[in-house]
Amino acid sequence: MRFAVVRFGGSNCDLDAVHVLRHVCGVETDLLWYKEGLGRGYDAVVIPGGFSYGDYLRAGAIAARTPLMGQILAHVKAGGLALGICNGAQIGAESGFVPGTFTLNAYPKFICRPVHLRVENNRTPFTSLYREGEVISLPIAHKEGRYMADPGVLAGLNRDKQVVFRFCDPEGRVSIDANPNGSAENITGVLGAGGNFLAMMPHPERASEALLGSEDGKRIFLSMIRTIEAGGRVPDDR
Amino acid sequence: MNFDVEVRISLKPGILDPEARAIQHALANLGLATSRLATARLFSITLEADDRAGAEVLARQMCERLLANPVIHRYEVEVRE
Repeated sequence: MRFAVVRFGGSNCDLDAVHVLRHVCGVETDLLWYKEGLGRGYDAVVIPGGFSYGDYLRAGAIAARTPLMGQILAHVKAGGLALGICNGAQIGAESGFVPGTFTLNAYPKFICRPVHLRVENNRTPFTSLYREGEVISLPIAHKEGRYMADPGVLAGLNRDKQVVFRFCDPEGRVSIDANPNGSAENITGVLGAGGNFLAMMPHPERASEALLGSEDGKRIFLSMIRTIEAGGRVPDDR
Repeated sequence: MNFDVEVRISLKPGILDPEARAIQHALANLGLATSRLATARLFSITLEADDRAGAEVLARQMCERLLANPVIHRYEVEVRE
């Protein structure tokens, strides 16, 4: 099993993701400069956080138009797993891997703090080790993280169980008060139509070791590993 | 031949513009009240095309493929010679 973490100019959570995958989860992981391309087949690709191309134009817009994203699209279309974290989520949305967009926070400043999330769907390759409805804590660190999509798109996401995480309070209540950035319906984790790409604004790689305050994020990576070990199927043992 | 094109990208009506709201607050703090304020982005582009219509087609492609995000943006293209 082999993971790839891709790095654009301005990525800055790439080494955190590599560290967690290699040393916390124990999976072989390559760090790839975007110009190298994927080069070989991978079981999973992580598009990490950061400020690719200085967030010029719109966060993720320029990285989304690189040839590497075409290769990651082919990987996803072939059934491979891919995870976009923060800037990686913005890149994924700009690439059309998920509908909608992550845009300027409702209160237009950078927010960096832990938030609570409710796991809305645990029958995904990324969340099978959580309970449905479980409340977890992960940090967010973004200025352009407000998820926006047309009402029809939101209805489709709800219907097709593509909403994976919503901002909530510590008791799991999804409310305006628990919505740090004004995201539509508190949504901050969206699954692509094929179910094998997840765009999420919170940072699981920053919450994968008890030393750092929370291990809640680690199960994202462990769920992916478990799915790959099960041959790509989401293990159904709940 | 070369054409100068101006592309203006703005938010669709009804889309929240937090930047504009913050600017309005700052202006109000200076004693300068506004009843409406919207932000937009202007791109001044020089490009090569056979004719005006061709220049407009190219500029629209640029909007569709990169400059604008159709979820939140609308765009206007003006070709100048």
